[in-house]
Amino acid sequence: MKSKFNASNAVVAVVCAALVLLPVYSATTGNIFILTLMTRIIIFALAASSLNLIMGYGGMMSFGHAAYLGIGGYAVGILAAEGIGSGFIQWPVALGVSALFALVIGALSLRTRGVYFIMITLAFAQMAYYVASALSRYGGDDGLTIYKRSTFDGLINLSDRTQFYYLCLACLFGGVYLIWRIVNSRFGLVVQGVRSNEQRMQAIGFPAYRYRLTCFVIAGTICGLAGALLANNTDFVSPAVMYWTRSGDLMVMVILGGMGSLFGPLIGAIVYLVLEELLSQFTEYWALIMGPLLLLIVLFARGGIMGLLGRIRRG
Amino acid sequence: MADPLLRVDNLVRRFGGILATDNLSLEVPRGELHAIIGPNGAGKTTLISQLTGQLMPNSGTIHFAGRDVTGLPSYRRSRLGLARSFQITSLLKDFTALDNVALAAQAHDGHSFRFWGNARKERHLRDTARAALQRVGLGSRADVLVSELSHGEQRELELAVALATKPQLLLLDEPMAGLGVTESARMVELLKELRKEFTIVLVEHDMEAVFALADRITVLVYGRVIACDTPDAIRRHEEVKRAYLGEQHAVTRHG
Repeated sequence: MKSKFNASNAVVAVVCAALVLLPVYSATTGNIFILTLMTRIIIFALAASSLNLIMGYGGMMSFGHAAYLGIGGYAVGILAAEGIGSGFIQWPVALGVSALFALVIGALSLRTRGVYFIMITLAFAQMAYYVASALSRYGGDDGLTIYKRSTFDGLINLSDRTQFYYLCLACLFGGVYLIWRIVNSRFGLVVQGVRSNEQRMQAIGFPAYRYRLTCFVIAGTICGLAGALLANNTDFVSPAVMYWTRSGDLMVMVILGGMGSLFGPLIGAIVYLVLEELLSQFTEYWALIMGPLLLLIVLFARGGIMGLLGRIRRG
Repeated sequence: MADPLLRVDNLVRRFGGILATDNLSLEVPRGELHAIIGPNGAGKTTLISQLTGQLMPNSGTIHFAGRDVTGLPSYRRSRLGLARSFQITSLLKDFTALDNVALAAQAHDGHSFRFWGNARKERHLRDTARAALQRVGLGSRADVLVSELSHGEQRELELAVALATKPQLLLLDEPMAGLGVTESARMVELLKELRKEFTIVLVEHDMEAVFALADRITVLVYGRVIACDTPDAIRRHEEVKRAYLGEQHAVTRHG
């Protein structure tokens, strides 16, 4: 038997423990900034994890994943603007609309492969972007301010920084756990089999399309949840969250952390967003540093950071 | 059983101006090992692909187990008991041998919209898969990644995958392609075992193997059947000698 210990597991364990304990640190030192930053990172980690489900495990290179961030966000924002503040209504709507959107996009785009798939998912996301820009009733280009966060009466208060942080963290851990179960289930093996060799899977009796489409919808729904969280975090939602560069950010997080690795997107989101934060303090051209870094990872570490760490073993 | 297990009537498939399958008819009764031979480009793989549903014919019909399957997609035909092995090894390379076979078993064990339980811990799937691996002599290689198996082992794994789908009919597309002498001999022994249990359609270039195994042989040239008979009759068939066997001297050498 191989030893279960390797550097990547150790890093994940340390990171998760640190995430759980962070509010304690923040409270004792009075450092609110780090709690705010990490809340944002956790939300993006959830979105990236959902992208990893289709991209890493399913081999579906969706270039429009940020659309769900916006859809989840607008569901919360629009309902709030119309006077429906209850999270018990807002959030199921956010998830439902995201799922529906994924179903429609998936049903059309999954009939294509390769570059065409990438372009169609990109096109749909851009379409969502322009539709949101045209919603003049809800802020149009300028976006929509959310004056009151979703209410979950008697359960949790999202305006409390620490409670909101733990809610986001619970959503992330829950999402990753769900993805872990899915990946190892019958369904997950079929989806990964189709990534590996679709013709073979058809030949042994699997209708590949249905499985891919279902996986696509699950990923979109999880990302819709991230969108609802993000809107609450910023008290604001705008078309910009759906812009194609946002989808690119999510892809970069997944690739940086490690495609097809359970915790890769979390590590990728942390590294990417912390670097962005740090580098942008020095220069506004931070992307000039980020670019080559990403290039190095793609060229020399196919499995991303998790892949690199995985090679460091004890014994 | 009066009805043959597989019946192909007047199958036609064109690629541009080329007739890859030219009004082809074929019957394979249950229990037969039916070999299909023909020079390169005779349309053998095109025929197999139409039988499994990867390719649709322009006209003609395919009946399997008394049912018209001409319009069915490949996954539906697989469910009916039609299994194929690929000429160019086509496995899930980043999965283990056992995973490859277990997935085939899973495909024939109800739907796979099960999202929670760990599929690798489902005993009956794993047992079925191990049995199929054992059958082809890969029992000790179950946990090896496909990409790390030798070419010969991958050919055997192709068979194990087909077996795990509980087939009624095995369509084997050149199972001996690229195998060395000893590996080929092992494959022939294996096929001799399998033919006792399954109806087999075998496409193969190895003439020695074909004449040793087949009950009947169909000879294809330019997508047309020029002969369909027992091995002995095929050996004596004038047109076949001219069109195919003569140029390779395969039969005279081994016969």
